[in-house]
Amino acid sequence: MSHDLDISRRGLLKGVGGAALVAGIGMPAIVRAQSDVIRIGHLTPRTGFLGPLGEYGVMAADLAVEEINAAGGVLGRKIELLKEDSVNPQTASTKAERMVERDKVACIVGEISSASCLTIAQVAQRTKTLFFNTGGNSDALRSTDCKRYMFHVESQNSMYVKSVGRSFLQAGMVKGKKWYSLTADYAFGHDLLKVAKRFMEGNGGQFAGDDLVPTDATDFSSYLLKIRNAKPDLVIINLAGAQTTNFLKQYSEFGLTFPVGGFGFDTALAWAAGKGNFVGTWPVVWHHLIETAGTKKFVDAFTKKYGKPPENQAWGDYMAMKIVAQSMAEAKSLESDKLLAHLEGGAKFDVLKTREGYFRKSDHQLMHEMYAVTALPADKIKNQWDIFSSSGPVPGPNEPLEAIASTPDEAVCTFPA
Amino acid sequence: MSLILFLQQVLNGLLDGVYYLLIALGLSLIFSLGGIVNLAHGAFYAIGAYLTLVISPYVGFAGALVISPVAVALLGILFERFLFKRFYRADPILSLLLTFGLSLVAEQALRMIFGAPPLSYAIPQWLKGQVFLGDFVYSFYRTVLLGIAAACVGGLWFLLQKTSFGRVVRAGVQNPDMVGALGISLQPYMAAVAGLGIGLAGLAGVLLAPIYSVHPAMGNEIITPAFVVVVIGGLGSFWGVVVAALLVGLVKGVMIGIGYSAASTAAIYLLMLLVLLFRPRGLFGERITRFE
Repeated sequence: MSHDLDISRRGLLKGVGGAALVAGIGMPAIVRAQSDVIRIGHLTPRTGFLGPLGEYGVMAADLAVEEINAAGGVLGRKIELLKEDSVNPQTASTKAERMVERDKVACIVGEISSASCLTIAQVAQRTKTLFFNTGGNSDALRSTDCKRYMFHVESQNSMYVKSVGRSFLQAGMVKGKKWYSLTADYAFGHDLLKVAKRFMEGNGGQFAGDDLVPTDATDFSSYLLKIRNAKPDLVIINLAGAQTTNFLKQYSEFGLTFPVGGFGFDTALAWAAGKGNFVGTWPVVWHHLIETAGTKKFVDAFTKKYGKPPENQAWGDYMAMKIVAQSMAEAKSLESDKLLAHLEGGAKFDVLKTREGYFRKSDHQLMHEMYAVTALPADKIKNQWDIFSSSGPVPGPNEPLEAIASTPDEAVCTFPA
Repeated sequence: MSLILFLQQVLNGLLDGVYYLLIALGLSLIFSLGGIVNLAHGAFYAIGAYLTLVISPYVGFAGALVISPVAVALLGILFERFLFKRFYRADPILSLLLTFGLSLVAEQALRMIFGAPPLSYAIPQWLKGQVFLGDFVYSFYRTVLLGIAAACVGGLWFLLQKTSFGRVVRAGVQNPDMVGALGISLQPYMAAVAGLGIGLAGLAGVLLAPIYSVHPAMGNEIITPAFVVVVIGGLGSFWGVVVAALLVGLVKGVMIGIGYSAASTAAIYLLMLLVLLFRPRGLFGERITRFE
């Protein structure tokens, strides 16, 4: 009996082992069944000083995926979005790695902080996974730190400076004039200040003062007193996140009337400034009042789903998702290298503007039109969203799209192998 | 830089410090009496600001100025009764974890209800404008804000120093067991102090909503400098906190004024370090036996 029991015990062990083995083999089968969906990683700051903008990116990415899946998905498969808060450069890198290694995402989309873009791009380069930057502006990401597996839907600082710079030149605010600038004290700000100074020196103007502002500063009264004393011809605001809102509110509070402008801007921050507080001329990659069929359709769909119009960060993430889906369909593949070749081959995309956009081969920057918006006077504002008037597309219809991008003398990208 | 501009920066810096004061006084009070380091204090400040946005269309800014702080104070009393009081005799690390958790919950709750983007709010029309003092320009709204803050600080000082309520609170800070032995229950005083301190944070939220941006993480922006103020001023010292708040505002303002704006935040931490090196109990810190 005991012998029988022994055997049966051994049999039981075998059985359990077998079951485990079967389960082990079976598991990948289940995973494979699930991987009928195409997984795309979405990483962007959802807390911290860039969190308010990240939220728009998340809403827009969700909307884009919904539309793509409703239209039958990509290559007959649905898209599944894995969304995470990127928090800071270190966490962004860890999460990007997990998305690639564990979740096997086809590519990563998102980000706003230039510093986090760089750490995600390093993971992308190492694992040969495409990363679409939707909000990091620094020129360094397109030159010294450029990566073959990183594409930029967001415009670079040079494009921001040159597009709004044209408005300043036309208004006679550059040559022989004095600017006073406040700049966010981190990667994005330093890069932007460098590009702004190059523009100013190249066009015969000078700086009356420039202050670096810690990213956690909330009160600008000390800076406002300095600006008032310096009597500049133009105040340039290159702050990040909610700081721009604080500045605009306090600028109007102290009754200063020097013209205001900036080289970095997000519509959500102007909306938050409150009636009569938003002033100045600013560059945007896109805004909700552009008169094209594509923009109207996007604005309608977004407003219907979320009860408020999309802002420029929403455009970035919405566009990136659409570009990814279209590229996969056109290249008939999810493989990074095939997609990369397709994008570098000059594929054209409807970016909801008057002209189609494409990625420049030399640095993977999306070539597209930009706009300069100017705050409306308080008595002309009809509702809380439509608070500015817009320039026409920059560059104009007769110029190449590359006219506002960095030139080879300004920034060179040599992709690492 | 001209002397006049420098003096302007000194004056403005001092005034700037007053905003930290409303937060720091409450923090200091709650810590001195109950030993709770209230990391959720910034969250109550944010709640005060959001509440103002919600109710001011109905009751106006003046109405919100009264209702919001009172509502936040009541919320504070509820927290004290149901949560803080369980931790008075416990390891301080536990109350630290509790209030840190609360601040995260509050921030995320605000994000879920109101969304992450900052909400629009401006100075009411009747408080707009500037005041000029010679060449010095200051916002009329901030003058009103300072008046209210000064009245609160004065009122709190009177309450703590000149009333029987204050005597019990001060005795409770020094020796709670002796207060108990004398037949006085500290419980209602604890609740009142938590209500007062947290109500002041709510008031700061109302007062700063028109000039700062109202977003879910706004509490984090103010809580760190407020802690620096409490540490510099010294625990248990009313005037220590007041002097420290002005000093922090002054150091920050002057750093920006003389062109070292990038180091303006670092400078207040350096100030804290120096104070801790030479006066470990803070500038005017009293010797509190049970914390030694």
